[in-house]
Amino acid sequence: MNFVRAHVLVCTGTGCSSAGAEGIISAFEDQLKKNGLDEEVRVVKTGCLGLCAKGPNVVVYPEGVYYNYVSAEDVPEIVEEHLLKGRPVTRLIHGDAEDASKATNLTDTAFYKDQVRIALRNCGVINPEDIDEYIAYDGYAALAKVLTEMTPQQVIDEIKASGLKGRGGAGFPTGLKWQFAANSPGPVKYACCNADEGDPGAFMDRSVLEGDPHSVLEAMTIAGYAIGATEGYIYVRAEYPIAVERLKKALEQSHEYGFLGKNIFGTDFSFDIGIRLGSGAFVCGEETALMVSIEGKRGEPRCRPPYPAVKGLFGKPTILNNVETYANVCWIINHGAEAYAALGTEGSKGTKVFALGGKINNTGLVEIPMGTPLRQIIEEIGGGVPNGKKFKAVQTGGPSGACIPASQIDVPIDYENLTRIGAMMGSGGMIVLDEDDCMVDIAKFFLQFTVDESCGKCSPCRIGIKRMYDILDRITAGKGTLEDLDTLEELAAHIKGNALCGLGQTAPNPVLSTLKNFKDEYVAHVVEKRCPAGSCKALLNYTIDPAKCKGCSACSRVCPADAISGVVRSPFVIDQSKCIKCGSCMEKCKFGAISKG
Amino acid sequence: MKSLEELKALREQMQSKMNVRKDDNETIRVVVGMATCGIAAGARPVLNAFMEEVNKRGLNNVQVTQTGCIGVCRLEPIVEVFVPGQEKVTYVKMNAEKVPAIVAQHIVNKQVVTDYTIGAAE
Amino acid sequence: MDTVKLTINGIEVEAPAGSTIIQAANLAGIKIPSLCYLKDLNEIGACRICMVEVKGAKGLVASCVYPVNEGMEVWTNTQKVRDARKMTLELLLSNHRMECLTCRRSGTCELQDLAHDFGIDKVRFQTEKMEPQIEDSALHLVRDNSKCVLCRRCVAACAAQGVGVIGCNERGFQTEIGSPFGRGLVETACISCGQCIVNCPTGALTERDDTGKVWEALADETKHVVIATAPSVRAGLGECFGMPIGTNVEGKMVAAMRRMGFDGVFDVDTAADFTIIEEGTELLERIKNGGVLPLITSCSPGWIRYAEQYYPDFLPNISSCKSPQGMFGGLMKTYYAEKMGIDPKDMVVVSVMPCTAKKYEIKRPDMQGAPGYQDIDISITTRELGEMIKRSGLNFTALPDEAFDPIFGIASGAADIFGASGGVMEAALRTVSAILAGEENAPLEFHEVRGLESVKEATYELPGKTVRVAVVSGTKNAGALLDAVRAGEKEYDFIEVMCCPGGCINGGGQPYVPAEIKNFVDYRSLRAKALYDEDAGKELRKSHHNPIVQEVYAEYLGEWGGEKAHHILHTTYQAQPKYRL
Repeated sequence: MNFVRAHVLVCTGTGCSSAGAEGIISAFEDQLKKNGLDEEVRVVKTGCLGLCAKGPNVVVYPEGVYYNYVSAEDVPEIVEEHLLKGRPVTRLIHGDAEDASKATNLTDTAFYKDQVRIALRNCGVINPEDIDEYIAYDGYAALAKVLTEMTPQQVIDEIKASGLKGRGGAGFPTGLKWQFAANSPGPVKYACCNADEGDPGAFMDRSVLEGDPHSVLEAMTIAGYAIGATEGYIYVRAEYPIAVERLKKALEQSHEYGFLGKNIFGTDFSFDIGIRLGSGAFVCGEETALMVSIEGKRGEPRCRPPYPAVKGLFGKPTILNNVETYANVCWIINHGAEAYAALGTEGSKGTKVFALGGKINNTGLVEIPMGTPLRQIIEEIGGGVPNGKKFKAVQTGGPSGACIPASQIDVPIDYENLTRIGAMMGSGGMIVLDEDDCMVDIAKFFLQFTVDESCGKCSPCRIGIKRMYDILDRITAGKGTLEDLDTLEELAAHIKGNALCGLGQTAPNPVLSTLKNFKDEYVAHVVEKRCPAGSCKALLNYTIDPAKCKGCSACSRVCPADAISGVVRSPFVIDQSKCIKCGSCMEKCKFGAISKG
Repeated sequence: MKSLEELKALREQMQSKMNVRKDDNETIRVVVGMATCGIAAGARPVLNAFMEEVNKRGLNNVQVTQTGCIGVCRLEPIVEVFVPGQEKVTYVKMNAEKVPAIVAQHIVNKQVVTDYTIGAAE
Repeated sequence: MDTVKLTINGIEVEAPAGSTIIQAANLAGIKIPSLCYLKDLNEIGACRICMVEVKGAKGLVASCVYPVNEGMEVWTNTQKVRDARKMTLELLLSNHRMECLTCRRSGTCELQDLAHDFGIDKVRFQTEKMEPQIEDSALHLVRDNSKCVLCRRCVAACAAQGVGVIGCNERGFQTEIGSPFGRGLVETACISCGQCIVNCPTGALTERDDTGKVWEALADETKHVVIATAPSVRAGLGECFGMPIGTNVEGKMVAAMRRMGFDGVFDVDTAADFTIIEEGTELLERIKNGGVLPLITSCSPGWIRYAEQYYPDFLPNISSCKSPQGMFGGLMKTYYAEKMGIDPKDMVVVSVMPCTAKKYEIKRPDMQGAPGYQDIDISITTRELGEMIKRSGLNFTALPDEAFDPIFGIASGAADIFGASGGVMEAALRTVSAILAGEENAPLEFHEVRGLESVKEATYELPGKTVRVAVVSGTKNAGALLDAVRAGEKEYDFIEVMCCPGGCINGGGQPYVPAEIKNFVDYRSLRAKALYDEDAGKELRKSHHNPIVQEVYAEYLGEWGGEKAHHILHTTYQAQPKYRL
């Protein structure tokens, strides 16, 4: 065995992969060889480090130096300077640390220092394709403990005591779910995993599967033991090829080591897991639709009761937990329910992973204790809103969720508080909106999503949401009326109370929450025919201020619609009937003479 | 894998391979100055010797790493040893022959090899 | 049986455990409207019309699928419930091609009734609608998805037949009923049974309207136009005129057709007696000569289509006899034409059938008793006959009872019961047992094969032969039975298969029965009873006693199962691919 003095961890999550991680890995391997360091420095593929916006990301251990925006061209410099001479390449080091002198260490950055990584504990730390690395980080210790020291009921009690709730959106207590399934009689049961992550902007499940697939397999096996199942399925989106690939590898390795299959750890317990690929329907994230889809039918929800714990997959008692939920399970078993319950708030224990997106500097994944104030997430961890723009709201919970306005920025984020202010946890997508975002347009965006993704089974969702969308479309086109706002509320209430599944029942939420918190914007659209955020094209007018216009003709030359005319050196004019509101003229004008409104 | 013992053994073996990534307060760090001045003065063989020695003794709580110019180029090669809970110790004018003693006495037995320290040289 | 007690609208109800709210409400005399719910067939809670309030539940619940439990409090008629139903209806109508005045289902449309009942006086939200799109590639059916409410009753009915060639394509607002990859129905393994049509609540699915051709023929003075009705028509037609389910309207039906100007008003039942002669002869011959057994009946063209596509290995088992419709048409264009001195080219033979598959059957290539002439020129459904009678200005219920034209209008009771599942079997057994055991020793009624169970079995000891029989209805059930035969788990000599569940009385061409009645009234038994009653009231109860049968064989066809009979009364089958892409 050679002494390896340094590890170069290259993120190979989806974000960094698409940004060129593979090329970086081979560049490192070439350069290390060239410098004779290939024996003492190891290049490790790892999972998502979280700060996807700044990828490709590389961490060099033992110092923990965190490099962002690395390209293959940067690699010779990193090898020669850092790995050979011990001088970190400062221009590539992540730059948000409070203390610039400590900026070399990953965990000192503002992005990381307040995070508590439980579900993501191994992401960006181990090589997800190497079961041995997982084992080094306590992998399969929880399964060993459960099978050799605990009864199924003790496992359920432990999960119950931890206070873990479903991280997929609904927040149902996980231990209770397991208890129901354990109580359902029958020799055939299923412990399944929902990896059909589909909320726009949420990708924590993908990161876990890509960065730590064994933690999910291990937890599913534990769940199987707890409820008395011998089989499980992971239903994962086909659009997650890296996750699927790593899951397959992990399954192979797990079989090889005997963590799956017959008589695990020499006990009577046997368990196996199959992978099923989703085909891109958002609704298949709904538990009954997911199970129907595994059965090979058109993925559509069915009415409950009966609940899956009683009659689920193939008509047998089934539990279905989300990836992130499972990712917490082994940690709870290893560290104890108490340690987990010590984190978080009264009603919401542990941590939650959020996907930060939209108008925020540190786009990416963060895991924080429940109860962390929204302000801390946005301003500190997230690095605030870019370009000095004003924070307006954050959209949580995806298409089922709501917009939390700036006035609520000090709300501690947990299930109870989000529900109290009319929002929801959802799967943990957080899309940050700034002053340039029109709230009517945001609501319309999410409704467009649900219109596209409704399965079409029940009438209120199939037609009702489309009608709400049609009204919003009318409003953003400047053709809405005040009566439309009442109709929106009427339809929203109807759909919430009558739709068959959670997708339909929650689809009106983005409209209801924006109507509640930003009604003035709606009113401006329908009464004044004005979009206060300056985002709805149909309501915009670009005008040239004759006092500021120097008559340089730059605007008229850039206009794709020939809408601007004038004589050089005297003020130009925009023909509103021709203007397509592209904004090119405003960008081009050096004198600030063009304004929109 | 049929028993807990097997799992435990594999875990320990793997952990020693991965201590490079450990970020805790129990790891001893050996930092070799590897700027141009250090390399010119022979820092590379010193680094290699540390790796070899640590490897030979199977120490899994030691990280061997390098750094840039420490600032006293005339005393290169310079090595700093950080033992948790103790003052940093700086060895100067290092060569490969001095390494086994530092590993044996300082890193294993926690006794500083005062002869090689910067204090002795000054 | 375990029961639970609950209250619905404050009324205490005791319902069997495991019932749904809508079933419990029915017990309490409370009607809950619905669109998608069909008991045992389509219990999916999709339309959201049957929503009710349940104390403690989060939102409204779908009463068609929500199970009752002890102490439950249900409210079916609150303002909240009425508003919800009204809004759902308004939404459905906002995407519905509302052309009720020109829609074939006007008057029988369940959506129209609901819109009326809930006082829908305006329909907002008509921003974007499903475009009219007519799918009429198949001979028997027209689909217009712009009138579809996506209740999926058709999908369930098709799947229950073991066919399953329709389902939902696309999703969300774009969802529509269709065949895989949007192919035409004619390119699929559709068996034309029409169960989709007869279960459709709106005008989205209708049979191809062939009444225009009949009117045209009647108006053409150069044509000799004859019409005949299948057994089940008389047991269903009255429903088109508001008469109770199960009313036998044979007499008024005949009177109506005569008044419409047909040159001959005949009975397909007469042809059914010929079927028994030919099929009975075939059975006896196969038993005697060690032919392929079990013999399987061939009266149901939906079943024939199913067998050709799904069970081609059983085609040698299927009787080569044409269906009664085919035998009727064959004899019309040969025996009748000859007897009346009419050139078959100047004849138009119309059949009235409880069946949509008959529209397909008449186009089969080997349905030409007189070479070059289709046996039947036009086949219309019971519903189409009802429409024609209305259009003729006849006051149906006030018509006198008249008899079929005697030249082809006398039938045995055995033929009458062809319409009910088990009827063909019983009719055949009457004749076969009489031949084997002698008239005096042959039983008249075979109750073991009657009733609505999907599979019925019986064994009869006849001189020289123990006859093991099975009766099955619904093609999916037939498939399962044949699987068992193929696997050697079951052995029979004779099997009756009817395509539609319960037999022709429940055919795809029979009058619509709205779901609210279908779900709680045993309409199939009522229709079957009309036929069994007619049989029981007759002197003539065995096919071979029918004087017309005797006369035609003596004068024209020659021996039973003879060469001429084979030319006119028999057909052939071909294995068919499931997809014709």
